[in-house]
Amino acid sequence: MDRQASTKESRTATDAKAGGEAGPALVVAHLRKTYPGTVAVDDVSFTVAEGEIFGILGPNGAGKTTTVECVIGLRTPDSGSIRIMALDPHVDRAQVHAIVGAQLQTSALQPKLRVAEILDLYRSFYRDPADVGELLDALGLREKRSAYYKSLSGGQKQRLSLALALVGRPKIAVLDEMTTGLDPQARRDTWELIEGVRDRGVTVVLVTHYMDEAERLCDRVALVDEGRIVALETPTALAEQAGGGKRVRFVPTQPFDDRLLTELPEVTSLERRGHHVLVNGTGDLVNTVILTLAGAGVTANEVDVQSATLEDAFVRLTGRHLHEGDEVTTG
Amino acid sequence: MSALEEALPASPTRAAFGKLLACEARLAWREPIGLVYGLAIPVVLLVVFGAIPSAHKHEAQLGGLTVFAVYVPILIAFCIGMLALFSLPRALVTYRELGILRRLSTTPLPPSWVLAAQLAINFVLALWALIILVVVGVAAFGAAAPKSPAGFVLAFLLSVAALFAMGLWVAAVARSASAANVMAGALFFPLIFFAGLWYPQQYMPAALRDVGQLTPLGASVQALQNATQGHFPPAEPLLVMAAYAVVFALLAWRSFRWE
Repeated sequence: MDRQASTKESRTATDAKAGGEAGPALVVAHLRKTYPGTVAVDDVSFTVAEGEIFGILGPNGAGKTTTVECVIGLRTPDSGSIRIMALDPHVDRAQVHAIVGAQLQTSALQPKLRVAEILDLYRSFYRDPADVGELLDALGLREKRSAYYKSLSGGQKQRLSLALALVGRPKIAVLDEMTTGLDPQARRDTWELIEGVRDRGVTVVLVTHYMDEAERLCDRVALVDEGRIVALETPTALAEQAGGGKRVRFVPTQPFDDRLLTELPEVTSLERRGHHVLVNGTGDLVNTVILTLAGAGVTANEVDVQSATLEDAFVRLTGRHLHEGDEVTTG
Repeated sequence: MSALEEALPASPTRAAFGKLLACEARLAWREPIGLVYGLAIPVVLLVVFGAIPSAHKHEAQLGGLTVFAVYVPILIAFCIGMLALFSLPRALVTYRELGILRRLSTTPLPPSWVLAAQLAINFVLALWALIILVVVGVAAFGAAAPKSPAGFVLAFLLSVAALFAMGLWVAAVARSASAANVMAGALFFPLIFFAGLWYPQQYMPAALRDVGQLTPLGASVQALQNATQGHFPPAEPLLVMAAYAVVFALLAWRSFRWE
């Protein structure tokens, strides 16, 4: 343990609790975790307020999962401190597990148990559990209640896993890639469910590599890359940080030299994707680009203007794409 | 798992253990490895032996016992060995391999309860096997009931302790369900040989028999046979089984991994 860090944090958390006011739901301070040959998490610190939906966004292998696995007590950090509602997950395991609902990426259930049996079993572990029928309805699993776990589709397994994370009426839900493997409709339904859960006062820590998910749901997002937090902001602020954020996409009527646009002060970068030209920049980007092209006898067709997104923020902060070397994970 | 953790107010109730047992019992029925190999097959073998007329002749080489009478304890050892070495580790290793133990360890349920539930289910199966084999043997084929019931029960319990400890050790060190099966086979077949499945101990050369009585199932059969004939089992086989129970329980405890 990093003594100094942990003492400071635990005192803060204890003081807040003793004072009767709501302390932060989760405090992570100087978390570090190494595996042989790699530093998975390197000096990660963040605080999650009660009732917040906090996103941890980054590419695969960035250390997101290791971070949340330390938070829920599945892994022991090399150093740093973690406090969940002022509890240490490695000391007060049982108490922490009673108030934290977790959805893990790499876990399965007994293949030959039925959906309702699994929910009923997990329900019995908690003091004031949720109603199984309500959860089945909320996650669209009602007609699958008598199905064996092994007969469920990837998306149904994922939804059951989410139901198990919520069945104990947790104070904090830690959800690792909760919508991976879901179809678009199920993803939107799940987002609504999570917003409903938050509206009931539950704090949500959401690990994701989907920007749209983070933009839609998260109050604040930590962008994680190579074990470090590279930015921690609201999704809107992060997007704005990405350079005042404008992007113009168009199809030119005839070829032109990139330098025509890249030498403009408003333009920060230019990229060609098939017929399309993508120009990133600031200021009065759209008019400048179109007028300059017109001056060279080029017309821009199918013009599409976008503001910067979290993805742009990520590329700008790390120089890499969020989905580089991405692989599909299921279950 | 510390005692402190289990005493904390947040720990789940007895009802949770009941649910867990109910789920494990359903699984034992739906994936009946233990039920088939640990119960059905030995009972079928008993009926086959019972139906052979020559198995009921008193043999001087067997100390005046019939082949059938000699085989009842051997089949009891067969049941215990199958349940302990195949059924018990298979469930635990599969749970670890699939991440089920990992998932459970994020709930307030102590993962050790899963182990306790598995031990309980397989113990109940072993108990059924014992009762069915003895009752069918006595009622249908005229075998003698155990004349030293206390010695018989003690021999049974020590056999279960020794073999279940070996099963837990297999569950502790096997990385996958298939590895656990290979280990279980490598243990079960030599052990059941010394128990006398193919060649009762009474027919074995003295040296082989002496070695056999130092193995857990050899000692088990020796103790069960003694108790059946009305003697409280001698100390030697009981101590042999107790030693296996202690040593393998310690080995299992030291190397068991939840992940």
